[in-house]
Amino acid sequence: MTAASTLGTRPVRASLLRRMKADYFATPLNAVVSLLCIAAIAAIAVPILRWALIDAHFAGTTRAECTGSGACWVFVKARFGQFMYGFYPPAERWRVNLAAILMIATTVLSFWPGLPRRALAVPLVWAGFLVAAAWLLAGGAGLTRVETRQWGGLMLTVFLSVYAGALAVPLGILLALGRQSELPVIRLVSTIFIEFWRGVPIITVIFLASLLLPLVMPAGWDIDRLVRALVGLAFVIAAYMAEAVRGGLQAIPKGQAEAASAQGLGYWQTTGLVVLPQALRISMPAMTNEFIALVKNTSLVSIVSIFDLLGIAQASLADPAWVGMNMEAYAFAGTVYWFICFGLSRWSRRLETARGTTH
Amino acid sequence: MTRYFYDKRMREIFWQAALLVGLAGTIILIVRNASQNMVNAGMASGFDFLWRTSGIDVSFVLTNYTPDANILALLWVGVANTLVITFVAAIAATLLGFVIGIARLSPNKLLAGLAGAYIEFVRNIPLLFFVLFWYFGVIAALPGPRQSIGFFAVAFLNNRGLTIPVPTDGTAFRIAALVVLAGFIAQAAIAVWAKRRRDATGLIFPVWASGLALFLALPALAFGIAAALSSWDVPALRGFNYRGGFVLVPEFVALFAALATYTAGFIAEIVRGGIQSVVKGQWEAAYALGLRPNRALSLIVVPQAMRVMIPPLTSQYLNVLKNSSFGAAIAFPELVSVFVGSALTNTGQAIEIIAITLAIYLALGLAVSGFMNWYNARTRLVTR
Repeated sequence: MTAASTLGTRPVRASLLRRMKADYFATPLNAVVSLLCIAAIAAIAVPILRWALIDAHFAGTTRAECTGSGACWVFVKARFGQFMYGFYPPAERWRVNLAAILMIATTVLSFWPGLPRRALAVPLVWAGFLVAAAWLLAGGAGLTRVETRQWGGLMLTVFLSVYAGALAVPLGILLALGRQSELPVIRLVSTIFIEFWRGVPIITVIFLASLLLPLVMPAGWDIDRLVRALVGLAFVIAAYMAEAVRGGLQAIPKGQAEAASAQGLGYWQTTGLVVLPQALRISMPAMTNEFIALVKNTSLVSIVSIFDLLGIAQASLADPAWVGMNMEAYAFAGTVYWFICFGLSRWSRRLETARGTTH
Repeated sequence: MTRYFYDKRMREIFWQAALLVGLAGTIILIVRNASQNMVNAGMASGFDFLWRTSGIDVSFVLTNYTPDANILALLWVGVANTLVITFVAAIAATLLGFVIGIARLSPNKLLAGLAGAYIEFVRNIPLLFFVLFWYFGVIAALPGPRQSIGFFAVAFLNNRGLTIPVPTDGTAFRIAALVVLAGFIAQAAIAVWAKRRRDATGLIFPVWASGLALFLALPALAFGIAAALSSWDVPALRGFNYRGGFVLVPEFVALFAALATYTAGFIAEIVRGGIQSVVKGQWEAAYALGLRPNRALSLIVVPQAMRVMIPPLTSQYLNVLKNSSFGAAIAFPELVSVFVGSALTNTGQAIEIIAITLAIYLALGLAVSGFMNWYNARTRLVTR
């Protein structure tokens, strides 16, 4: 190192080379593996880059503009409004945008450290947001009504994720508490509920909700198709959330609850003030993972002809004016899902490391 | 009166009774509404429909089902297809997942990075995306039968699926399967006997060697002999399509590819986590006790890594079982597709059909998780 540093600027290159040699070409086997990896990366990345960027078409408005072998992003451009909003009337799309801004604001607010009385304020802020956003999206009371039939695309994916998640978190917490309860009947009912919904495929639950929910309602009542799918998703995710919360509950030493009872706190005070705040902090990464799974699983509603982002991308392939756009539609939808889920999983990992340093 | 109000036992009984009454009330309400609505809509009820002729054509049949058979037979077609796709996809996902998980831990950063990129890619995209992508994006874009991609001139992949050779007579294979099963049972017995002997005398029997012989060599030998003895129906190009052999329909190939590649990303993370969970000190302590590397691996490291890996692995297998229902999105005739799809459209008996379907998934799932709990209890760390 000292000998190298006397040689001026050259050793930097030499040490980089040496480091690369040590990292990738130390032994013959390592060198072969490295070369194979480079070949694999080239074989995958080069055609994708050529297709998606180099040979791709960006300008224009019709199918005729796309002549070469590259991707035809003109198609995505022409369909962008549908991919984002489904068949939501263009004149009313500002309401979706406003709801999205509200959602971001609510998220930021609920993680703001200065929020007074967190345990009460966070649920209240979210409840307020959910009511306001539902009104904005569906209309009524001063706004033009927009039927849920017209909703679609990314907006529907986010709607289903947020509302199913918002139903599933409180239900999941209750179920997790029920499963840990000392009362045998409550424990049994919670356990059966959790294991039932975790044991069946989500597709069957969506069929169950959309075919059987109207059947069990009093005659004359009609539930919106989207609400049926939402309820089905929420029940399944609640069962998974319950298991995530249970992990946190089990990590809290029994002494915490015993100490709280010794102070004279009742069950709900012990749970709400002492056990849950600690347990939820531990469960947060697991709950975020369940939320990611929920975002991915919302795509299943297309099986009952509700067109979320993936559903609308698939449906757009049937357009005779845009034949053979499979790869473009899938690439766009897949990229959007990937960024959402990857962002969430990075965030959950950050929560995990933050927890690791505070304890 | 207030004495009872503040009594803990009384309160507990009250709340549990309230829950039961509420549940019973909801169920009664649901049943009443449902029967009322069914009478109003003129819907049939009961399970008689299972013995009606189905008349439904299925593209991928492994039983002796024909459209003349009854709906119960159709149900078994769905169950068989679900089990087959689950089984083959789980095996492929395990193999791929172990390779990628170990590659993720490679000292070669290029290889580790490549494995990491694969894991992050598949885990953050919906499975339905992969199912649709493989079906409409890849299989549909394959060349026609005349330009098939051949594998050793016996199997052919084209846009009508994968045509594989089948033996004309399965007897030799059935005998081979029985031999293999006997080998598995023998290995289990050897493992139990070896553990007892080790506990009693300290003598170590090379269980892994007999395991290798009975789990890998014996099946390879048995099926190899069976394959050599059987005569084969090899697909051959006649005119515009392949004749002979067995056609794995495009839906099967697409669902298999999607399930295997997707689940492999999750299994890879489990494998990585399992191996990393065994701290370096365990190796060092094993060496300090005088164990040789292979003994340290088999007696110290693998048992601890497996303890961490088996529960999440089993839940991945349960996921494969449940996710096989994604076949409904591309009309692969698995349980949901043939039963909740076709049979429900034909008979209209939604309640019965969905109840049967849920019951089958729950029964299969309970069987797997029952095994998982038993294994977990057996290998769990015993603390105070």
